[in-house]
Amino acid sequence: MRFLVFLEHHEGRLQKDSLGLLSKAASLGGEVEAVLLGSEVNELAAEAGKYGATKVWVDDDVLLDKPLSQPRVDALETLLGDQEFDAVLFAASVLSADIAAALAARLDAGLNYDLTDLAVEDGKLVGKRPALGDSVYADVGWTSEPRLALIRSGTFEPKEAGGSAEVAPFESRFQDFSLAATMVEQAHEESQGPSIEDADVIVAAGRGLGGPDNFGLVEELAKALGGAVAATRAVVDAGWYPYSTQVGQTGKTVSPKLYVAVGISGAIQHKVGMQSSGLIVAINKDPNAPIFEYADLGVVGDLNEIVPKLTELVRARKAA
Amino acid sequence: MKIAVCAKYVPESTAARRIDPETKRLDRSGEGALNPFDVNAVEEALRLKEAGGDGEVVIVSLGPERALEAMRRALAMGADRIVLVADEAAAGSDLVATSRVLAAALERESPDLVLFGQQANDADGAVLWAAVAERLQRPLISQVAELSLEDAKVRGKRQTEYGYDVIDAPLPAVVAVSDAINEPRYPSLKGIMGAKKKPQETVSLADLGVGAEEAGEAGSRTTVEALNDPPPRGDTVKLEDDGSAAEKILEFLQERKAL
Amino acid sequence: MTPLRPSEFPPPFDPNEFIVAPGEPEIEVGVLIVGAGPAGLACAIRLGQLLEDAPELAERLGDVPVAVLEKGKQPGSHLLSGAVVNPVSLRSLFRGRLGTSDMPFAGRVEHESVYYLTPKRAMRIPTPPTMRNSGNYVTSLSQFGRWLAEQAEEAGATILPETTGHALLVDGRVQGVRTGDRGRGRAGEELGNFEPGSDIEARLTVLAEGTQGHLTGVALDHFGLQGDNPQIWALGVKEVWKVAKPLDRVIHTMGWPLRAGAKYREFGGSFVYPIGEDMVTVGMVVGLDYRDAELSVHDVLQELKTHPLLRKLLDGGERVAWGAKTIPEGGFVSLPRQLHAPGLLICGDGAGLVNVPALKGIHYAVESGRLAAEAAFAALQPGEAVGRRGALAGYDESLQQSFVWSDMKQVRNMRQAFGRGFWLGGAMAGAMTASRGHFPPGDAATEPDADQELIRTDRAKSYPATDGTLTFDKLSSVFLSGNATRDDAPNHIRVRDRVPPELAELWTRMCPAAVYEVGEEAGDGDVHVEITPSNCVQCGAITAKGGRLTPPEGGAGPDYKLT
Repeated sequence: MRFLVFLEHHEGRLQKDSLGLLSKAASLGGEVEAVLLGSEVNELAAEAGKYGATKVWVDDDVLLDKPLSQPRVDALETLLGDQEFDAVLFAASVLSADIAAALAARLDAGLNYDLTDLAVEDGKLVGKRPALGDSVYADVGWTSEPRLALIRSGTFEPKEAGGSAEVAPFESRFQDFSLAATMVEQAHEESQGPSIEDADVIVAAGRGLGGPDNFGLVEELAKALGGAVAATRAVVDAGWYPYSTQVGQTGKTVSPKLYVAVGISGAIQHKVGMQSSGLIVAINKDPNAPIFEYADLGVVGDLNEIVPKLTELVRARKAA
Repeated sequence: MKIAVCAKYVPESTAARRIDPETKRLDRSGEGALNPFDVNAVEEALRLKEAGGDGEVVIVSLGPERALEAMRRALAMGADRIVLVADEAAAGSDLVATSRVLAAALERESPDLVLFGQQANDADGAVLWAAVAERLQRPLISQVAELSLEDAKVRGKRQTEYGYDVIDAPLPAVVAVSDAINEPRYPSLKGIMGAKKKPQETVSLADLGVGAEEAGEAGSRTTVEALNDPPPRGDTVKLEDDGSAAEKILEFLQERKAL
Repeated sequence: MTPLRPSEFPPPFDPNEFIVAPGEPEIEVGVLIVGAGPAGLACAIRLGQLLEDAPELAERLGDVPVAVLEKGKQPGSHLLSGAVVNPVSLRSLFRGRLGTSDMPFAGRVEHESVYYLTPKRAMRIPTPPTMRNSGNYVTSLSQFGRWLAEQAEEAGATILPETTGHALLVDGRVQGVRTGDRGRGRAGEELGNFEPGSDIEARLTVLAEGTQGHLTGVALDHFGLQGDNPQIWALGVKEVWKVAKPLDRVIHTMGWPLRAGAKYREFGGSFVYPIGEDMVTVGMVVGLDYRDAELSVHDVLQELKTHPLLRKLLDGGERVAWGAKTIPEGGFVSLPRQLHAPGLLICGDGAGLVNVPALKGIHYAVESGRLAAEAAFAALQPGEAVGRRGALAGYDESLQQSFVWSDMKQVRNMRQAFGRGFWLGGAMAGAMTASRGHFPPGDAATEPDADQELIRTDRAKSYPATDGTLTFDKLSSVFLSGNATRDDAPNHIRVRDRVPPELAELWTRMCPAAVYEVGEEAGDGDVHVEITPSNCVQCGAITAKGGRLTPPEGGAGPDYKLT
C-alpha cells in the first residue's frame, strides 16, 4: 500500500498528529510518503524521515505561505494527478478537514472522517470510527481511489524510527478561485493553553469542589498535566466558572485522551459530554456517585487532599 | 443580495437515536428537527440581510419531504423561502454525493453568499461546506466566529487551534459559521404565523440535472462495512484514599501512558 | 419533628400579576384557545367544522379565526397520560367524518386485570365497576395530541407552538392573552435575543391548559369562580418500555408499594397498558395529599418495577420514555362553581373534569372542548355580544346536561372516601357504586393537599438502588423526557426561599425531576431551597404542595413523544 500523509506545520514545527500518522502508516506496512506544503518549509522535510516517511513531496511556494485550505487542494490534486497513492491520510484540524473534504469533491474520491483507527484487513484498508456518541463503532471503507481519511486528533503517537527521506520538490498548478481568499491576519500560539475542545487532557470540576475559590487547585493540576479546565453545569450555574468551559448535554462535548473529574457526581447530563474520553479518572468523596460506574479509575476521597498532592507528583515526574 | 443557508434535517432527541442495523446508518425514520447549529447560520444570514437593507434569504436542504415542517422554523425567524431537494434516490448519500446534490441546488439559486452551520449534531456530517465550496468553485472561510460584509467581500474571523485568523473572501463566497457567532432570535408570533405562507419548493434530482447514479449510495464513495460494540472500557478500578491515592493515580496514569 | 403544613409557607405569588390591561395588540384572532391538548384541539376542530358552514362568520373573525397557543415545542410535547380512552366524545366530535379506525389508537382493550399487591404477591381482585374498560382504546396521549393537531390545522386552526399564555388581557371582560417573554437571563435581564411577549386580542378566549393551568388558576381567582371545595391533585409518573413479549391486557394495581393506613394518606395505584405489540407503559399515580416527607412517587415507581409481576412484564425490555404530570382529583365537589366568565370559557383538566375512580379525563376534555366550541359559535353570531353577562352561560348549561356531569356526580365522594384509608375507603366506594352515588348523601369535604401535616417515616430506605437497567435515577429520567429548558433561563417556580428542612425535604422527594434540593442552613433552623429550574418537566406537583408553578418560556420543558 502506498500512503501519502499530509504534514501540517505551524511556526516552524511539524504537528505531532501528522508525525503520529506517519508512524501508524509505517506500522501498517507498505510505502509511506509525505507531502509538505508551505513557504520556506524545506528544513521540515528531514523530520518526516525520522518518523517513517521514505519520501517527502514538497511544494515550497509563496502562494502556500498562509494556512489556507483551497490552494492546498490544488497542490494535492497536482501531486495525485502525477503519482498514484492508495490512500491519503490527514490528521484532523481546522485546516486539514477543509482540505480533505474539498479534495474528495475535486477527485470524486471517498473521504471517511473522525476515524480513531486504521487497519489493513484482507489486504483492504479499513477505517474505524465511533458513532452515536460512542455507543457503537463502525468499520468504514472506500469504493474509490485514492482513499481519503481524516483521523481524529491525538489518535496516534509518533514513534521515531530513525531513517531519512528523499525530498522531491514539485510545482502545483493553482486555480483562480483557490487564491481568492486572503489572510489579513494570522493567528499566533495561544498563551492560555488549549481550549477544552482541542485539549488532550482535561481536568473538570463539579459541585464537590465546594466553591469558586477552590478552582485554583484544579487549574494547577491542569497546568501540570498540560491540559484545560472544564466545569459541570451546576458549577457554571452557580457562577463559579465560565459557560465556555461547560461540558455536558447543554455544554460542550469533549473527547480528550485523559479526563480527570474532580468532585463530579457524573449524572447522565454530564456523561454525554465526555463519555468518549480515552481515560477517565474520578475523584469524589461520595462512594455512590454515578461517575464511578464508568470511570476507569475511581478514587473515593477528599479532593482537597488528593489534588494538590497529585499536582506535585505530576510536576516532579515531568521534571525528571 | 441573495444569501443561501444550507440547513440539515437531523433526527430529533438524542436520547432516542438508533442506528438502523439494515443500512448501518443513522435511523432517520423518526421525527426530526432543523439542526440547531444551522440556526446560527440562519440568524447570521438574517442579520446580514437586515444590515444591507434588502435581500433574500433562501434555505436549501437535502432531506425527506417531511423536513419541510422542521425547516419552517427558519421561515418563522424571517427567512424568505425554502428549497428542499426531496428525492428517494438521494437517501444514504455520503459527503461526495451530498455535496454534489447541494451544489447543484445552489447553482440553480446562484446566491451571493452561501452559509453553513458549524456541524450537524447527528455526527454524520462534517466539513460539507469545503466540498460544496469546491464544487461551486468559490472561496471559502470556515469556523467563522465573526462575520462582516463590506462592498463585495466578506471578512471572517476564523477560529483555529492557535487563535483567530482574519480572512477576506470576495463574493460570491461560501462561509461556515461557528455556534459562537451569534445568539439566534426567537421567532415572533407574526413570524410563526406567516411561515406557512412563504414559498416552499420541493425539487427532485432531475429538476437539478443530477442523475440518480450521482446521488445516494450509487453516488457515494464510502461504505459502512460493519457495526461493532465499542471496545470494552474495562471494569472500573475503584479505591479508597488511605493517604496514598495521589501516588496510586500517578501510577495508573503512567501505566496507561497518559502522562 | 414539629408538625408543619406546607400551606403555612405560601409562595411569593400574586395572581393579579397575571391580569393586565390590554395594550397594542400584536395580532388579532377570532377565538383564542390556550393549550393544544385534547380539550383545546377538540374545541379548535369543532369550531373549524362549524365555521365551514358559516363563511360569513368566519370572515368576520378575520385572518385567523381560530388560534391555539401551545407552550411546548409542538403539540404533544407536554401531553402525558396512561392512557385508556373512552371513544364516545371523539365519535361525537368526528361524526360523519372519521371513525375510531381512523384514529391513532394503539389498540383496543380486550382483557383487563386488577391486582392487589403485597411485596411479593399479586392477588387478582374483581375489576371494580368504575374501572371497567372494555370498548375503550389504549393510546399514547402525546401521539394522539399530535394527530389531533393535524386535524385542527386541516380544519383551519392556526397553531402557535413554543408560545405561552402568560397573562390574561382583562378590561371588564377577557380580551385575549399576553404571551410570555423569551430570551431573559437568570436574573430576569434581557439577553441578546430577547423577544418580549405580545398581546393577542381575541373575541373569545378558551382556557384548555390542562392540569394546574396557569391562566386558569389566575382566572378562577380573579373572577371568583372557585367552588366550595378546593381542588386536589395526584402525581403520576410513568415510563414507556420496549418489551420482548407483548402484553395482552390492561392492568391496574393497588396496595404495595403504597401504604394502606389512614395516617399516610397514600391514595393511588399503578397501571400497565400495552402500547401496540412491542411496547408497554407503566405508571404510578399517588394523591398529593400524602403526608410522608420522604415519599417520592418517582422512586415508588422504581420500587414497583421490582415486584415479580412487573419484572416479568419488563424482562428483556428497554426503557424508552419517561414523564410526569399531575391529575386533578377532587372530582365533582371540587369543580369551580362556574366555568365561564365574560369573554372566557374553561375546559378539560384545567377545569377539573376527571373521573377519578375510572381514571378517565380525556373523553371529558374532548367533550368539554366540543361544547365550548358550540357555545362560542353561538355567542359569536351577529346580534350576540360575547361580553354580555350570561352570553357564555350556555356552555355551563350544556356541560351540566352532558354525560360529563352525570358521570362525575355519580362518583363524587369516592376519592374523598379514600382519605379514610384504603380499606374503609374501598368499602365506601363499593357502597357508592352500588347506590349510583346516592349513598352516602351530600358532598364530602375536601382539604387542600398543602394542608396535610407532614410526618416522617423511613420510607426512603426501601427505595431500590438504581441499576440503570430496570430502575433509574431522576436525572436519567429527566434526560429521557427530552427536557430542553435553557440553563440560564429565569426561575419559573415560585417557592419560599427559606423553609424548615422538613418542607425542603418534602419538595426534594416529591419532585420527579430533581428540581429541589435541601440547601444550606439559613438560620433559625431553616434551610435554603436549592432550585434547578432547568430540570423541571412542569408536572405541577409543587403547586399542590406549597409552591406555585408558572410557565417558563415557550419551548421549554419536556419534549414527550410516547407518553
